[in-house]
Amino acid sequence: MFHREAGIFKTSYAADMALYPLPIAKWAVGAFAGLFIVIAPLALGEYYISILNLVLIAVVGALGLNILVGYTGQISIGHGAFMSVGAYTAANIVTHLPWPLSTFWITIPAGGIMAALIGAIVGIPSLRIKGIYLAIATLAAQLIIEWTINHVPAISGGVQASIQVPRPVLFGIPLKTQTQLYLFLMGFAVLAIIGTSNLVRSRIGRAFIAIRDQDIAAEIIGIDIFRYKLYAFAISSFYAGITGVLYTYYLGIANYEQFQLTVSIDYLAMVIIGGLGSILGSILGAIFVTLLPILTRWFLEDFGWLFFSQADLANMIPNLRLILFGGLIIFFLVVEPEGLNRLWRNVRNYFRVWPFSY
Amino acid sequence: MPEFEWQFTLVLLTNGIMIGLMYALIALGFVLIYKATDAINFAQGEFVMFAGFITAGAADMAGLPFWASALLGIGGMVALGFGLERVVLRPLIGRPVIAVVMATIGLAAVLRGTATMAFGAGTRAIVMPVSDEPFQLGPIMLPPVQLVGAGVSLVFLAAFTWFFLKSRTGIAMRAVADSQQVSMAMGINVRRYFALAWAMAGVVSALGGVVWGTMLGVDNQLALVGLKVFPVVILGGLDSVIGAVVGGLIVGIVENFAAGYLDPYVGGGTKDFAPYVLMILVLMIRPEGIFGRRRIERV
Repeated sequence: MFHREAGIFKTSYAADMALYPLPIAKWAVGAFAGLFIVIAPLALGEYYISILNLVLIAVVGALGLNILVGYTGQISIGHGAFMSVGAYTAANIVTHLPWPLSTFWITIPAGGIMAALIGAIVGIPSLRIKGIYLAIATLAAQLIIEWTINHVPAISGGVQASIQVPRPVLFGIPLKTQTQLYLFLMGFAVLAIIGTSNLVRSRIGRAFIAIRDQDIAAEIIGIDIFRYKLYAFAISSFYAGITGVLYTYYLGIANYEQFQLTVSIDYLAMVIIGGLGSILGSILGAIFVTLLPILTRWFLEDFGWLFFSQADLANMIPNLRLILFGGLIIFFLVVEPEGLNRLWRNVRNYFRVWPFSY
Repeated sequence: MPEFEWQFTLVLLTNGIMIGLMYALIALGFVLIYKATDAINFAQGEFVMFAGFITAGAADMAGLPFWASALLGIGGMVALGFGLERVVLRPLIGRPVIAVVMATIGLAAVLRGTATMAFGAGTRAIVMPVSDEPFQLGPIMLPPVQLVGAGVSLVFLAAFTWFFLKSRTGIAMRAVADSQQVSMAMGINVRRYFALAWAMAGVVSALGGVVWGTMLGVDNQLALVGLKVFPVVILGGLDSVIGAVVGGLIVGIVENFAAGYLDPYVGGGTKDFAPYVLMILVLMIRPEGIFGRRRIERV
């Protein structure tokens, strides 16, 4: 009941595929659920909850990108653009359609599906090109989508390219406070986590992994590479679209500046730092990359005055954030390519047979 | 007025060629690294920016003359190239493409942060000791800065073509790019050539930084020219020196024509947009580019 196994004792495929390999996993998940769904909203103030909200949104996006980059091995530098597609789809639905259609029950799936469509189109070249060429093609997609949204008033809603979006209404209650929004976003984050962990254990997920490991070999064993690559792009963009809608609800405004190239790079950093091809890694990476700038700012604001003047600090904080961010990406790539997920596994494996490790 | 139209076209064309040759200069640094080490440098724009900052900073802060500060910029970039290869790129040899791509993206962030922190966020000027008076050739005006940039670009094109075709070092570098294992077996010091390639890319980026910095001024935005490198190298072929120049010319001309003829209809901004559309088309039809080498994959 409350134990860890000392080795691998799985004797059936069902045991190997189980979401909860041991009772303790179920207990741990339950404890985390209790902590974050019940205790956190009661214990934390609005400001801290708003930071957690950002993390939850990032978790959904990072899971989506990890399906594409980590599981299928297709590099994408266009995640931010797919988010903007979702965001503007939702914003336009909210402004132009009548009441029952403008609720989040419609806007969120619609944003996801629209982003999935665009994502699948961007994924078409992936049949012919791969690796860096694909990376550059998705970079082009990012810039072209950004430009299109910015220059077509029908999409962007005018000169400022931003559309106001009211908070979602759940069962007649408008989600005004951050805590209400937190529970709403938590639902989507949990859905995304469960969805991804089921997807990667399915036939589709195994096809993705086969394509990542050796695409030519995958084709030889009968996987339709083109179809599965498109699936990967579509599913990943679907997540991105939903992330975009959620972020729009969080901000109360759809603005293309929130989904620029730097955002795509932030999400790539999340999956790299967290761990490619790992669900826990996506979550850890999302937490890490979202909190990094906030913690940097807190730290400098609290301790920076010891060394620097106020004006210097204001100039330093954004630059230091960039340096830390880039430096950490490089650090993880060079030192621990499998990311935070691997670090966690190392710790866990150490304690698995502790204190009798010999 | 057909005659006016003709002049307008000619102006766009010469501007395109001039800008294109200057793009080629930046793309050369990119191609050099890819050709020798198989790595994609997403920080090329930041290299150019950093070189510009060193040069402008040396002139502003220490009051050095132009030639001295430009030399300092080149020296600084060579050192940076060697250092980065040793610390960042060497541990990544043999790792998947995405590792190198992400490492250079991380590098880009670090360089941008460091440059702004060290040199401030304001725009600095590089003053090249050439006159500001543009040369007048009929309807065409040619700023001397662009002529210098185009000249430097052509000289380097010739030099690198010779280098890769004839010189011992250049041939060794091509061998390393072709197969690291076989090169090692033939007694080539692979690591040394990797370092050399990054240092050479540093030199080219430094020149790019001086030329572009003179034209646009040096600040954070200078790194954005790096985004133009991708259409250029994809068009020309990632591993072709001549491709960088031809690609640069095509991108320069296309974006000037787009700006001249399409902007009035769509409300501006096509200049940054057209090269990417062109690039997507090339990727769909001929991914290896005009002069690139097709790679054959095996299981």
